[in-house]
Amino acid sequence: MSDNLATVVRDICRKYGRERGRLMDIVRAVQEKFGCVSGPAMDLIAKEVGVRRVQVASVVTFYAFLSEQPKGQVVIRLCNDIIDQMAGAPDVARAFEEELGISFGQTTPDGKFSLEYAACIGMCDQAPAALVNDVPVTELSTDAARRIVRDLRKHMDPSRLVHRLGDGNNAHELVHAMVMNNIHLRGPVIFTPANRGEAIRKALAMTPAEVIRAVKTSRLRGRGGAGFPTGMKWEFTRAAPGDRKYIVCNADEGEPGTFKDRVLLTELPDRVFAGMTIAGYAVGAAEGILYLRAEYAYLQRFLEDLLDKRRAENLLGQNICGKAGFNFDIRIQMGAGAYVCGEETALLSSAEGSRGDPKNRPPFPAQKGYLDCPTVVNNVETLACVTKILEAGPATFSEHGSPGSTGTKLLSISGDCKVPGVFEVPFGIKLSEVLKLAGGEDAIAVQVGGASGQMIAREEFGRTICFDDLATGGSVMIFGPERNVLEVADKFMEFFVEESCGYCTPCRVGNVLLKERLERVIAGQGEPADLEYLQDLGQTIKTMSRCGLGQTSANPVLTTLKNFRATYNALVKKRTDGLQPAFDLGAAVGEAETIIGRKSEHAHA
Amino acid sequence: MAKPKVATTSLAGCFGCHMSLLDIDDRILKLVELVDFDKSPVDDIKEFTGRCAVGLIEGGCCNEENVKVLRDFRAHCDILISVGDCAIMGGIPAMRNGIPLQECYAEAYLKGPTVHNPSGRIPNDPELPLLLNRVYPCHEVVKIDYHLPGCPPPADTLWEALVALLSDKPVQLPYELVKYD
Repeated sequence: MSDNLATVVRDICRKYGRERGRLMDIVRAVQEKFGCVSGPAMDLIAKEVGVRRVQVASVVTFYAFLSEQPKGQVVIRLCNDIIDQMAGAPDVARAFEEELGISFGQTTPDGKFSLEYAACIGMCDQAPAALVNDVPVTELSTDAARRIVRDLRKHMDPSRLVHRLGDGNNAHELVHAMVMNNIHLRGPVIFTPANRGEAIRKALAMTPAEVIRAVKTSRLRGRGGAGFPTGMKWEFTRAAPGDRKYIVCNADEGEPGTFKDRVLLTELPDRVFAGMTIAGYAVGAAEGILYLRAEYAYLQRFLEDLLDKRRAENLLGQNICGKAGFNFDIRIQMGAGAYVCGEETALLSSAEGSRGDPKNRPPFPAQKGYLDCPTVVNNVETLACVTKILEAGPATFSEHGSPGSTGTKLLSISGDCKVPGVFEVPFGIKLSEVLKLAGGEDAIAVQVGGASGQMIAREEFGRTICFDDLATGGSVMIFGPERNVLEVADKFMEFFVEESCGYCTPCRVGNVLLKERLERVIAGQGEPADLEYLQDLGQTIKTMSRCGLGQTSANPVLTTLKNFRATYNALVKKRTDGLQPAFDLGAAVGEAETIIGRKSEHAHA
Repeated sequence: MAKPKVATTSLAGCFGCHMSLLDIDDRILKLVELVDFDKSPVDDIKEFTGRCAVGLIEGGCCNEENVKVLRDFRAHCDILISVGDCAIMGGIPAMRNGIPLQECYAEAYLKGPTVHNPSGRIPNDPELPLLLNRVYPCHEVVKIDYHLPGCPPPADTLWEALVALLSDKPVQLPYELVKYD
């Protein structure tokens, strides 16, 4: 066995050129082969690649999809974000536990099954959902969960769980997924018929500077949520000194409630790859990386195949489309389950084969990004927009949307509405109109922008989706009258506590304290001073954290404090006895009462 | 006019903070001109005799009796001060917080290297208060008005804070009195 381990690990390392930068791929491959990356395997990898073992260990222990301890042959990861919970994930969880005879976090004694929770897996429009190894299973019920386990016991082959195929390319033989696209509104930019190669040929007919000018003229802004002008980002990268430059497509769509990139990569990956190639031409890069989140691994073979097709058609490779000297190729870098890697500098750390730690900015990736080279990091949707801008011209693009936010936006709408799914809407659309489109008019609250976004109350449904008002990477979660917004906020805090990379204290510790105090308020043990505490601490976390995760992690609390103040006020009351209501002496001595065998004289007085 | 009263107690602490209080040396003569001591190990008064202006709490809460005493202090004192790191965050006693309570009892009464206990039983005596599931800092049990950090806080810190409070001045200690690095 150990000889086998040594041989296999060596082969895997050689497949990736024993490069330190490909450590993610190496450990992923070892994990897939052996169900874990054991201590001996780490030693072997470290030796092959020429790094210290701790560097391998830091990668293995950082990501949710990697583990030092052996995992089951089949790992079932049930999505437990708020939307899945509302759709019945807790019942499904119990069904899995009963059927497998283990709890979450455990592996069956025969080593066949592991049961885990996953943060949002990008299937909120068909919740509850789970990943069975790489295979997404959607719209789960308790019956479905039991059937899945029974079927797996027979054949142990997750791909055979796909009894019905989804629409569009989900039915493609290389995807073979039951996932549905749920595209409910096709707009004039993204979901339009594409002509493979057209945009690239038009771009190559211009100079790189002209391409950048076209993107600037369109006033395209980054679709990941921050809204940085794309043309300007490209210009900075082009101007940055260095021979090697990179184009990175951020397909680490981890913001809870977002799934539009999943649909884009399923239906319009050509537009995305073309956008990367055009970016490569514009800034003078020869290499592109699509960083694909591990949860979307079921799309990997399909996307690799498409890259091959594009190479065969000379849309990638040497002298693309006959343009002498323009060489560009794309590789897919798989993630391994870490929300923070959606943050661009963390993503770059990950793509370089390290823990997904955010980096200090400045320098910004445009100056010093991937492997310290000037790098463009763009969202999937941004790059798809680029392709359309080159196809149809910047003027056609900017006639849609609002003056500050041109074009259209893909929204991933989920929660309490009639038709959850993807909607391509013009920027500037009112939230109330969005709710009408999805059939969620009776909402009491809408979370715009995912867990890190804002919780909006009814009175503000007249606000608009755009960078100058409600900026969003696309996530719109709808909460109906029976939901408790504070519990939703608490759920989001649980997410951030879990996903904080732990590097800086405000985020690592602050979010835990914020969550504890919020729960005290929810339990009716809060006082008015607790609300000030929440506000102050939230503000501190926002101001003092190192990266975008921490800087937005207090938003669930801060935005509900602002927009749902009455809900908070109704829960807190001023006390005069000087005691802390959250301290329960009876509960605190309960264990000692059992051990010693007498009742506390103080607790029950 | 009667002098304001001060009460002190050591909960799950080592009396080091009280020792530090005694380190104010001859200023203790000034202190007794300023205040009377009520319930405190300093004068061995066991129960409160009346309302106190200031209560100094050393140590966190490790057992039910600590909680009772602390609540009693909160009921009788206008201002409560957590004195020292154990009161403020549990300190050394809180090192047991990661260890199951059963193991703590076993180490103390059954398995510890210096334990001689042929009965093999954990004693059940009303004189031994029941332990809490973990050691709590004081502010998690009652409202605390001020925290004086240090292990122990230096005599000057205690002195300056007390004098400021008793003369109705804001407690603004110079940085040198609250920095520990």
